[in-house]
Amino acid sequence: MRLLGMLLSTALAIGALTAGPVQAQGEGPLRIEITEGVIEPLPFALPVFQAETGDAGGLAAQISQVVSADLSGTGLFREIPATAFISTVSNFADPVQYADWKAINAQALITGAVSVQGGQLVVKFRLYDVFSGAEMGDGLQFTGTAEGWRRMAHKVADAVYSRITGEGGYFDSRVVYVSETGGKDARQKRLAIMDYDGANVQFLTDSSAIVLAPRFSPGGDRVLYTSYETGFPRIYVLDVGSVQRRVLESQEGTMSFAPRFAPNGQTIVFSLSQGGNTDIWAMNIAGGGATRLTSAPSIETAPSFSPDGSQIVFESDRSGSQQLYIMPAGGGEAQRISFGPGRYGTPVWSPRGDLIAFTKQNGGRFHIGVMRTDGSEERLLTASFLDEGPTWAPNGRVIMFTRETQGEGGRSSLYSVDISGRNLRPVRTPEGGSDPSWSPLLK
Amino acid sequence: MTLKAKILLLIAGLALAACTNPDRFGADGTAGGLGGAGGAVVPGSANDPTSPAYFNQTIGDRVLFAVDQSVISDEGRVVLDGQATWLLTNTDFTAIIEGHADEQGTREYNVALGARRANAVREYLVSKGVAGNRLRTVSYGKERPIEICSNEACYAKNRRAVTVLAGGLTG
Repeated sequence: MRLLGMLLSTALAIGALTAGPVQAQGEGPLRIEITEGVIEPLPFALPVFQAETGDAGGLAAQISQVVSADLSGTGLFREIPATAFISTVSNFADPVQYADWKAINAQALITGAVSVQGGQLVVKFRLYDVFSGAEMGDGLQFTGTAEGWRRMAHKVADAVYSRITGEGGYFDSRVVYVSETGGKDARQKRLAIMDYDGANVQFLTDSSAIVLAPRFSPGGDRVLYTSYETGFPRIYVLDVGSVQRRVLESQEGTMSFAPRFAPNGQTIVFSLSQGGNTDIWAMNIAGGGATRLTSAPSIETAPSFSPDGSQIVFESDRSGSQQLYIMPAGGGEAQRISFGPGRYGTPVWSPRGDLIAFTKQNGGRFHIGVMRTDGSEERLLTASFLDEGPTWAPNGRVIMFTRETQGEGGRSSLYSVDISGRNLRPVRTPEGGSDPSWSPLLK
Repeated sequence: MTLKAKILLLIAGLALAACTNPDRFGADGTAGGLGGAGGAVVPGSANDPTSPAYFNQTIGDRVLFAVDQSVISDEGRVVLDGQATWLLTNTDFTAIIEGHADEQGTREYNVALGARRANAVREYLVSKGVAGNRLRTVSYGKERPIEICSNEACYAKNRRAVTVLAGGLTG
């Protein structure tokens, strides 16, 4: 799948796709302010993209469907069914009959065209602000291989999402996670990677050894994870393209786990247990020895860097129960930031730098929550028997996590939720799933 | 097995181990008291004080912990005293001590907690004279529960450290 990234090129369309005349009608520009908490999703119309070559019909339909699913899946948009359409769009270049779309209350209209020429797929789209009677931004064109059609659909949806919300997109991204089969006492785990929406699942390891908590590199090309391949937990790095893995150096008689990359993609932080005591260490992924960042008799684990690489948030039970702390990236004095009832673990710094997502345990329930980096404005987004292990979408607006159900038939699966707490959704995977890690937006 | 019966067996096991019987199969009648009316002990069975089965079943291969704790309980000490005595007698064996946690906790924390538990057992056995180089530790966190219900009856059994005998010492 990595090849696709290299084959896929994005180009601003010129000439034929220049924007039409702006005809603002005084109803204000089409805009969703996510921070204000949207209650009513924005209705959009997306007529099936035009097939501009004879054999592009199937792909045009599939691409249209994925774009719609991406947008609807955010909870911020609502697709108007095609049966309600008054106008048809028979030619991508034709002017839009705004009145016909306004009449069915479509606030946004997305049109597109797909052509296949000698194995090369070209996808074009335009976005219209129906009530302003104007095109929003220029038309865009994406070129790639037919195999990469899903990525091109995600890129169209990302562009639409970005233009309307003013936020970065996140649909053209991947998730690495632990795929699970078997009951709780016979669980088989293996690493898997998929598109953010659960498509294109590929298994990266077999299930001969327990694997835990994969973490993407900042470039999305490598994955750190913990495996019991040697009988003891050790950290591995896996190249996503070649699926080659290697074990990182470690000290005899110790256990290492909970790795995560620094933003520079070279340094990693992780937990090392020695003589029953777990502390946080850092090392260069190329080797050369590890540096100890914490030295307390308590448990220090689950480190995560701030996006600028200057600080690390982690969990510690030095106060008597699991709480969140922030320390300088090189170690040193840590400030506790969590003070609410219950215990806090698995902190993850948002890619925007403004929030920290965490797992909270309180009163026999688990929650995924977010707080500001000084610990203020704590918000719990979910509640269940067992929710844990948040990971951020590349734009810092959505969190994916593990939910495990109770009892003998208990099963793990992946869920996502908006940071407002709305739009809790299962992420479909072919088997059970846990420990998701969201990639950056693909290039 | 009731707790009382288990403790009785343990005491019997300790008494036996204390005999430092040179006969590895315990067929001299001393062990026969445990073995039953015939006086015969099936080698390798849980009645054979030199067998791993005896270690695992008669002495007990595991100790349990309170929520979030790695302190060895009084009951646990009895088991570990038996394990230490057995290991001191059967010096060909090494062991890996596996620390485990129940499912109520985050994954990383539970790995660290299991490491604490495994280490607490290791330190206890070392304090009783077992050579440290015979004992390794590993933590499985909440990855390997033996009981799968989601209530305290199961959780209590999953919060454990298990001493797994591993092959002979070489050299």
